[in-house]
Amino acid sequence: MSRTFLGMPGTVSMMGYTGKETFPENAAKAVRNSQLRFNLRKATGTIRGRRASVVGELPDWPDLRQAGKAIKDHTLRNLDTYLVRLEEAVTKAGGHVHWARDAAEANRIVTDLVKATGETQVVKVKSMATQEIGLNEALHAEGITAYETDLAELIVQLGDDWPSHILVPAIHRNRSEIRDIFVRHMSEWGRPAPERLTDDPAALAEAARLHLRERFLSTKVAISGANFMVAETGTLVVLESEGNGRMCLTLPETLISVVGIEKLVPTWRDLEVFLQLLPRSSTGERMNPYTSMWTGATEGQEFHLVLLDNGRTGVLADDLGRQALRCIRCSACLNVCPVYERSGGHAYGSVYPGPIGAILTPQLRGMGSELDRSLPYASSLCGACYEVCPVAIDIPSVLVELRGRSRHPVAERAGMAAAGWVFERPGRLARAQRMGGRMRRLVPKRLPGPLGGWTDTRDLPAIPRESFRDWWNRTDGGSR
Amino acid sequence: MRVALFITCVNDTLFPDTGKAVVTLLRRLGVDVDFPEAQTCCGQMHLNTGYRDEGVRLARRFVDVFRDYDAVVVPSGSCGAMVREQYPRLADDGAFAEAVAGTVPRVYDLSEFLVDVLGVTDVGAYFPHRVTYHPTCHSLRGLHLGDRPRRLLEQVKGLELVPLPGAEECCGFGGTFAVKNPDISAAMCSDKVRNVLDTGAEVLCAADNSCLMHIGGTLTRQKAGVRVMHLAEILASTEPGNTREREDSR
Amino acid sequence: MSARDVILARVRAAVEGVPEVQIPRAYRGPAPASEGLVDLLAERVRHYKAAVHVVEEAGVAALVAASLAERGARRLVVPEGFPEPWLPSGGFERIGDEPRLSASDLDTVDGILTTCAVAVAETGTIVLDAGAGQGRRALTLLPDYHLCVVRRDQIVANVPDAVDRLDPARPLTWISGPSATSDIELNRVEGVHGPRTLEVVVVTSA
Repeated sequence: MSRTFLGMPGTVSMMGYTGKETFPENAAKAVRNSQLRFNLRKATGTIRGRRASVVGELPDWPDLRQAGKAIKDHTLRNLDTYLVRLEEAVTKAGGHVHWARDAAEANRIVTDLVKATGETQVVKVKSMATQEIGLNEALHAEGITAYETDLAELIVQLGDDWPSHILVPAIHRNRSEIRDIFVRHMSEWGRPAPERLTDDPAALAEAARLHLRERFLSTKVAISGANFMVAETGTLVVLESEGNGRMCLTLPETLISVVGIEKLVPTWRDLEVFLQLLPRSSTGERMNPYTSMWTGATEGQEFHLVLLDNGRTGVLADDLGRQALRCIRCSACLNVCPVYERSGGHAYGSVYPGPIGAILTPQLRGMGSELDRSLPYASSLCGACYEVCPVAIDIPSVLVELRGRSRHPVAERAGMAAAGWVFERPGRLARAQRMGGRMRRLVPKRLPGPLGGWTDTRDLPAIPRESFRDWWNRTDGGSR
Repeated sequence: MRVALFITCVNDTLFPDTGKAVVTLLRRLGVDVDFPEAQTCCGQMHLNTGYRDEGVRLARRFVDVFRDYDAVVVPSGSCGAMVREQYPRLADDGAFAEAVAGTVPRVYDLSEFLVDVLGVTDVGAYFPHRVTYHPTCHSLRGLHLGDRPRRLLEQVKGLELVPLPGAEECCGFGGTFAVKNPDISAAMCSDKVRNVLDTGAEVLCAADNSCLMHIGGTLTRQKAGVRVMHLAEILASTEPGNTREREDSR
Repeated sequence: MSARDVILARVRAAVEGVPEVQIPRAYRGPAPASEGLVDLLAERVRHYKAAVHVVEEAGVAALVAASLAERGARRLVVPEGFPEPWLPSGGFERIGDEPRLSASDLDTVDGILTTCAVAVAETGTIVLDAGAGQGRRALTLLPDYHLCVVRRDQIVANVPDAVDRLDPARPLTWISGPSATSDIELNRVEGVHGPRTLEVVVVTSA
């Protein structure tokens, strides 16, 4: 598979990360940042509790989960049929449908559409797909400024930062850091922050409201993604909280939605499943404040839908890996992941961090780089992600599968081959154990090479004088 | 009933006392357990590190060794989960798949064998200590052991079981994860250790020695004064002078 | 080949030979209306920090008047089709959307009165479909205050009920409480770009 563009590690300042380092190297730096760890622990801890409470309240959660999984699998199995159906429905409702094979094509389509309106400014609703293709940068190169309007995206954009979470891109920032970013940078983008802004979250939200108000009222082009597209009716669905989504979807004269082809569901009725699964899994609410649904050109608006492949059909071709395309971007797997909680999102070097990112990024982008090869190993396989996934993506299994396809370091290959040789015959294992027993006093306190990572913080277990199998033989199963 | 012990390579090599405890415990409960010597390793380390072929070879060996037993007892959550969860996915040819399908349902974690097959929760153990239990990821989310270990521990005479905060969170071992991502792994473990120390327990118990090796290695490095013990070792402990124990050791 | 044809060809090649998938729907479907839906809706809407009142039909106008007075809201948009008997007889300036109000005009009014299409008790959600008494979507977005009157027979038990009743051809807005964000330390804060105050009036004897 050709290398797919997934964000711009290496070209955009990423909290000091160049994007060339591996996950363990990035994570080692992140884990020493105590402010980051505190912010992440607090935020993920809060959201975990909320999710557990509202999920536990639904008696049919496992049934919804099974239905959600099956609807997505069924859609993926028949994706060609449903894409064509969607195109027909959107077109019939007055919308225009465009198809983009990759990031460059999608960016060109969107840029041309914006240019055709004669506008040089667009407002944006938070969208993973447009981050994935680097749309803002592409627009910038053509003289078009994209204004992010989601509060967290605004924090990231003002701070010249990099998103670190699917749902809450600025999760790595606490309130006082956010205040400082607003005070320093709002004036560079528009209305400055209010005088004497405090770090009270309500005051920060108010500052964002004031900063963006005039922008919403005057901008004529908006760009969004979508959480779902209904093939049967041509309906697009956006779930949000703040109302910035409604502003972008409703007020501008032209709306351009860039959506991954896997966001389809076949029928209107299928939304009854996902409108229960998604809010409870993502923000831990019974329902998010606002959900907008529109079909084609609405209330006099010009509507364009850009359907994005960008590596998705490659993932679809993989028997085990295709389940990653079921993902509805709820981020429950990030919030529950003990690795993500300590590494933060930047360590993954992709707009898709956390457990889902560890299986999605290497599939979309390939495993050509050291970073991408290290992502499937960014997990202790504890299984918490699978347990909370509302569409039952077996992330640990896909991680193991991707590890199997990865190129391994020479020393590790030798070690694994030796271990395999020993385990092939019980006699070899017994001899190795006896040798270990005899050398038990010679094991150093610090192991050499990559194994030193263990002994930096942990003692090794004492090697016993006698293995279990030797004991069994010597005592005839303990009876002598 | 023909019952086999799958000791696991880690227990065999590093923690033989756990194996001895399983034998003692099962004999005390009237089960004559066999140790098929052809066994080696379930293949978990190879498979989970990305060495599928070696993993499959070891899975085939496991099935060959254990297919004729009525029950296979495993005192390790992660090895048990490897066999039960991953073997069916590895079995891609007919004969192997059939052998896996025939063997896997008869593979039990020690606590499942005690509670579900033997139907006991009071195994006649005595252990007068303050104990906290770490459920371990693969015991919890792979094997779904649920409250079985807790029910067994609650019946142990003298034992005071104290809840572990954040019990369901991973200790950061994850096999080669601890070596490949040492900083994150150590950070996870230090949080786990803090939770263990907060309980004031003398002993940290789990049904998987790999996790205990990890947490225990940190505890001893920090000279924390908390011992780690496998569930089998606590369940095998009896009151000094216990008659059943003396009959066994005759 | 066009991009469309290339993508469709890639999809077909990717799923060739993949078995068909059946969709199990064992989850709770639409439920018959039952007692207690009004109370449940009220409780769930309040959970989002929105005000809720439950009144008989005859008391709606007086309650609306009191709510407006309490807020000091004088200039109010009233979309076409909003039931006249629910409007206070005076004490406010009634603004229509015919001809269409500009976004800046809307930004200066004190609030908006609407009906709704459906309300979902279990999630505390009201759904607008731009029908009579609701107006176009921007009307309930720009003003800082939204008062929504819900008839008892519009309340359904759960999400499947609501999806069943709604028409996807209409623009739909599902509203669960006032505008909010969880973007700062994942704590919920009410009041960002949408209306910062949501007030729901449930009419029991309509």
